[in-house]
Amino acid sequence: MSETIIKREEQEFLEEEICVAENLVYSRPKTLTDLDLHYCPGCGHGVVHRLMMEVIEELDIQEKTIGVAPVGCSVFAYQYMDVDMQEAAHGRATAVATGIKRVLPDRIVFSYQGDGDLAAIGTAETLHTCNRGESIVIIFINNAIYGMTSGQMAPTTVPGMVTTTSPYGRDVKLTGYPLKITELVAQLPGTYFVTRQAVNNPSNVRKAKKAIRKAFEYVQLNRGTCFVEIVSNCPSNWKMTPVEANKYVEEVLIPFYPLGDIKVPQEESK
Amino acid sequence: MGELRLMKGNEALAEAAIRSGCDAYFGYPITPQSEILEYLSREVPKRENLNMVVLQAESEIASINMIYGAAGAGKRAMTSSSSPGISLMQEGLSYIAAAELPCLVVNVNRGGPGLGTIQPAQGDYFQATKGGGHGDYKLIVLAPSSVQEMADFVRLGFDLADKYRNPVMILTDGAIGQMIEKVKLFEQQPTSGTIPKPWATTGKTKDRERNIITSLHIDPKEMEKINLRLQAKYREIEEKEVRYELFKTEDADFILTGYGLSARICKKVVEIGREKGYKLGLIRPITLFPFPKKLFADIATRIKGILDVELNAGQMLEDVKLSVDGRVRVEFYGRMGGIIPTPEEVLEYFENTFLKGD
Amino acid sequence: MAKVKGDIIVDIEKCKGCELCVVACPQDTIALSDKINKKGYHYMIKIKDNCTGCENCALVCPDAVITVYRKTGKKKEKVATLTNVKKDMTLEVN
Repeated sequence: MSETIIKREEQEFLEEEICVAENLVYSRPKTLTDLDLHYCPGCGHGVVHRLMMEVIEELDIQEKTIGVAPVGCSVFAYQYMDVDMQEAAHGRATAVATGIKRVLPDRIVFSYQGDGDLAAIGTAETLHTCNRGESIVIIFINNAIYGMTSGQMAPTTVPGMVTTTSPYGRDVKLTGYPLKITELVAQLPGTYFVTRQAVNNPSNVRKAKKAIRKAFEYVQLNRGTCFVEIVSNCPSNWKMTPVEANKYVEEVLIPFYPLGDIKVPQEESK
Repeated sequence: MGELRLMKGNEALAEAAIRSGCDAYFGYPITPQSEILEYLSREVPKRENLNMVVLQAESEIASINMIYGAAGAGKRAMTSSSSPGISLMQEGLSYIAAAELPCLVVNVNRGGPGLGTIQPAQGDYFQATKGGGHGDYKLIVLAPSSVQEMADFVRLGFDLADKYRNPVMILTDGAIGQMIEKVKLFEQQPTSGTIPKPWATTGKTKDRERNIITSLHIDPKEMEKINLRLQAKYREIEEKEVRYELFKTEDADFILTGYGLSARICKKVVEIGREKGYKLGLIRPITLFPFPKKLFADIATRIKGILDVELNAGQMLEDVKLSVDGRVRVEFYGRMGGIIPTPEEVLEYFENTFLKGD
Repeated sequence: MAKVKGDIIVDIEKCKGCELCVVACPQDTIALSDKINKKGYHYMIKIKDNCTGCENCALVCPDAVITVYRKTGKKKEKVATLTNVKKDMTLEVN
């Protein structure tokens, strides 16, 4: 026997699977290869690799993107990023990127460099690439230390910071001041978009991704260099846990290297 | 249709670069070769339908790394410099050789060591043929000895580079770079060459895996494999690409040998020596790597002596000695500091060394 | 008010136990397991059922091991029972 029934069941859920395709809100980008990352637990490289590959997937530019990864912990970036890549000598990534961009002007070219690479041995190449306004994306991972070679002082090491070559804390009288290269390149007319971000908490990660996406969009206008610094961590060489390291980023590095857009295109600033 | 022109060595080389389908020239000024960059800066914008990149980089280090990038992207890339600048490029050359990228590098040798002099010399033979940079690698080295060869070897150099995926060096000097001679220029070749480069980083399309240009191989087994592959390549080059010039060697008792500028002088020495009744001949290696070892080994048994003439302290001399392996007497005459010996002075040395007090 | 329910799937073999996700989670949903994976890391597991699918954990994960699902609340109503059919039929009203 049947009769018309209306039965309202408030706030009640039928037993059902949440992990189904229609409910997917985030998954690992397909532009990251399947290989396990070799980076230390908690290392910011992993987050930035992921954000870049998400952006490349979302903008659908995998087929025309070419990357350059020089010496540093991320010299193996080409094992994780599923785009054509060239490995470069220490400091020379932006020169290599210039060579690629000049002969393949319609491709998107990026370099992915650490602080030693970009701001010590590669300073000339960095400045001149930005000065010429090569329309490439420069991703600058600044963790204020030399990671791959086990923890020496970097040009961006902050005063008082302990490293293996500044074991009593960086003494500015002896070794000079931290090099704020991002502010320097922002002054060059050849740079189009210059920003500094971090990835040490979810809110900063969201902002960093927006900035990286902007860089890969702006660079396609071919109006100059798009420079993204990411203030990052190095748990192993700072001798901290990843959680402590991200706190160090927040409490010590970010006050020294303030986050935000340093140079935006005219159109955006209006 | 080749055209006949009167040109300076450096400029003939630059013109040949355009005609060889070179895609990119990245360079830095240094005497005595800045004309190459200047010629290209002036001429390339004038040519219709020429997409060649000509860029003055901030240093020789930047230049060689731009070459790496462009070559890795599958294009014909070249640079030129002179001794101290070539020293700066050594790391880059090692990387290019290890990553097996084709490119052309021109060394217009000046006097050294150190900042030296701007006058011509041949002190970079070791650097060019024995390494210069770190690791077990070789450059193919071509030694022009005329303005004609300055032009022809650019085309040959690019073709060899593409064929073997190896850097090629044109080792010349300040005199040949600056001298003016007639040259027959070859017709325009296809841009980027004709050999396909499926390994180049041009953007990963859906039909293939990503291309990686690298020289980093941390696993020793992998690294050895790569080295063995490189060595096998160099053996193949030694077998197939030796080039040299012989002048009056068929009936010679004594052989003079030299390359580039010193070979020009030796040729004159052979001529004036023959007038005096000496049976002299000249072996002029054109490829310094691969060195014509077999040629020297074969000829050693039927001659009485070899005089090696160079503008250095005795560098190719060692390869000559290695090749003859003690079978014949080898002597050396050299000047340094940019001084170019006269043919008379060399002939006199030959007479005093080989003919007197025998 | 619609309740948001989320869930995560973790690739435990790729997880390096860095704990950044644990700190990032606003709901205390997750923690490191006592067990270890093949690499010897204590991998992340859910310890509560209150995940909202906010993605914070996935945002901070350096190894991209987390997949996030989120489902907004849907009310299921039994609106009518149709005659002339053998079984009850339930219609969903969003």
